[in-house]
Amino acid sequence: MEPAHIERTVVPEAAALQGKTPTAPGRTRPFTLRSLVPYGYISPTALLILVLMVIPIAMVVSYSFKDNVIVEQNPVFAGLANYTKVLTDSNFLVALKNTFIFITLSTLVHLVLGLAFAMMLNTALLSGITKALFRIIYILPWLFTIAVIAVIWRLMLDPFGVVNYILTTVGALEQGVNWLADPNTALWAVTFINVWSGYPFFMISLLAGLQGISADLYEAAAVDGANGIQRFLNVTIPQLKPVLISMAVLDLIWTSQQFALIWMTTGGGPLNVTEVLSTYTYKQAFSSYEFATASASAVIILLITMILAFFYVRQQRET
Amino acid sequence: MTVGRPRFQGRLKRLLGVVTTAAMLGAATAGCGSGGGSGGGSQQGPVTLEFAQWWGPELPEGSFDKLMSDFESQNPNIKVKLLSAPYASTKQQLVSGAASKTLPDVVGLDGAWVNDFAKQGAIADLSALMADAKYDSSQLASQIQLDGKTYMIPVVNFVYPLFANKDLLSKAGVKTIPSNRSEFLDAAKKVSALGGNVKGWALPLDAAVPNGIQNDVMSWLWASGGSMLTKDGKPNLTSPEVKSTVEYVKSLNDAGVVAPGALTMKEQDKVEKFTNGQVGMVIDSLAHITLIKKNNPNLQFTVAAIPAEDSYTGKRGLPYASWGIGIAESSKHKAEAFKLVQFLMSQQPNAQLSTLANGFPGNKTAEPDFSKSDALFKTAFDIYQKGYPANEFVGLPKSEDLMRSFDEQLQLALTGRQSVDDALNKTQQSWASVF
Repeated sequence: MEPAHIERTVVPEAAALQGKTPTAPGRTRPFTLRSLVPYGYISPTALLILVLMVIPIAMVVSYSFKDNVIVEQNPVFAGLANYTKVLTDSNFLVALKNTFIFITLSTLVHLVLGLAFAMMLNTALLSGITKALFRIIYILPWLFTIAVIAVIWRLMLDPFGVVNYILTTVGALEQGVNWLADPNTALWAVTFINVWSGYPFFMISLLAGLQGISADLYEAAAVDGANGIQRFLNVTIPQLKPVLISMAVLDLIWTSQQFALIWMTTGGGPLNVTEVLSTYTYKQAFSSYEFATASASAVIILLITMILAFFYVRQQRET
Repeated sequence: MTVGRPRFQGRLKRLLGVVTTAAMLGAATAGCGSGGGSGGGSQQGPVTLEFAQWWGPELPEGSFDKLMSDFESQNPNIKVKLLSAPYASTKQQLVSGAASKTLPDVVGLDGAWVNDFAKQGAIADLSALMADAKYDSSQLASQIQLDGKTYMIPVVNFVYPLFANKDLLSKAGVKTIPSNRSEFLDAAKKVSALGGNVKGWALPLDAAVPNGIQNDVMSWLWASGGSMLTKDGKPNLTSPEVKSTVEYVKSLNDAGVVAPGALTMKEQDKVEKFTNGQVGMVIDSLAHITLIKKNNPNLQFTVAAIPAEDSYTGKRGLPYASWGIGIAESSKHKAEAFKLVQFLMSQQPNAQLSTLANGFPGNKTAEPDFSKSDALFKTAFDIYQKGYPANEFVGLPKSEDLMRSFDEQLQLALTGRQSVDDALNKTQQSWASVF
């Protein structure tokens, strides 16, 4: 028994000293059916990713470099012509500007509103029943689909709708405003609708984050003489920072892809003031049948989204 | 051994399960990716035709399936698989299918799509199929052609006359339905003067579906016998008659008789406002009569020809939309597909379908049965027969895009950001690049 024990401990060291690599146990194992099992398990997912993501993305990228793709039977390579065409199209630049305003404002207000409501639902000043009631009320917008939200707000923001009625009745307005049809208000109106429909997700996520902050930290801050604002700035915000950043980046990505709400409320109008990248791309493909420029536009959106995704992944890694 | 064997068998089973799943997914994927729209059917067995359309959901429940059953009983070797979806979904599916050459065998078509689908080589030349089948095309009311070849046959036509709320007009002191532009402006002003939420006319200019340009703007031009195209089919938007039409529409807007929210108003908003008595007059599809009466049974309204220019005495063009039919170029059963087209265009089924859809037949010899329909359909049929169907967007390339570019420039003109002349010149340039 003893020599065998010595042999097992000494041989690798001796082999290393002699400059020989010890034989890895797996390398000597003969090929068996069992070694394929892990690949079998991941193959359905891998296949789905390949078919539903990799191939379509590769096709769209390839389309963006071809001339009059799909419409022409034999499209030719066009280099960067489609990108040049898209990037010099005034409608695209307007859509880019509108998208920036739409997503930035939506995300900022989502954060502020979500945090404010989450703090209200987390406060010790309200009873459990009151908080439960408000939790239901606040989460309601999240339960509606975009189609329903679009219809509701189209009716409410109609020149003869509820919103104008209330505002004129209380004297805030002299006469009704065409919120969605007036070029001066349409972008703000759709941004408001988007904020209304999206803040509950922030509220729920931030409420979970708030409930995870240890009460000890607040007690320690109170002992140090910190007032409410100081506790908020030096305890709450730093503790919520990972959640806030993740939510903000995710919201930027999601909002940049918002299509249905814009399409069903304003269709990108009036006068293109609510045209965003998604509606621009849709019109290029399904109205103008310019699939090559639509692909170029889609690739540009993909690149913008990937930049945001990069920051999200990096932030997650740091967390 | 007694313990190891079941464990090995279990693993083997799991492995087989995984491999089988992967294989099935692969097969399913391959199936999805395979081209051609044809359904199954061996050479000996019955042929299954796929028929994508938006008509089924718009007809009384089950009625279109029954019509297809009649076809199947007459053609035992052909089965029809209906792919029914609302208009917008059907359009998206067909645009994608045309791009990937995977259109179903038979497709419901809108005249606005024909040019693009034909140029993509996605829909078949029906002239050749008619010749092969020795089909007598003289019975067809119209055919949508490109370079002399037919690509779409209108099965049912829906006209867009003027709808007028009789109660509102009477209340406003308008005794007769306006028949010319001056009378219309005057009536619209009087109705708007009633106050409250009521306006004389509705103009839907939503950019998402810009068909308001076709139905609510160009209809004024066609009603006066005008054209937006030259004789050789090129855009002619700077002509005096087009300018007069756009200036007239602008004058209605400037007079404050147009319902607010026009720049993002959709067709359904227009119908809703008319149904609720918020608008005195609209240009709308006959297909909406049933909907309006269902939603507001007390609404007293009638239909009339669209008002023409004051001095015009000729035949009036009446805008229309069609349920058109075509056959996929990629179909492996074109002859069988054409039998279905023939069936739908034959006298009896075409009359039946028109009656069900509250539209006018694509077969000249078919007569819709108005006995059970609303009396307004008969009135509209008389207007239709006195005038002529007019829709110059049918068969144009990228017609929706053309409407949208017109829409954008018109919106700038209506909001005073540019003159009518500038709007028409810019639209002319934009259209010329497409043609």
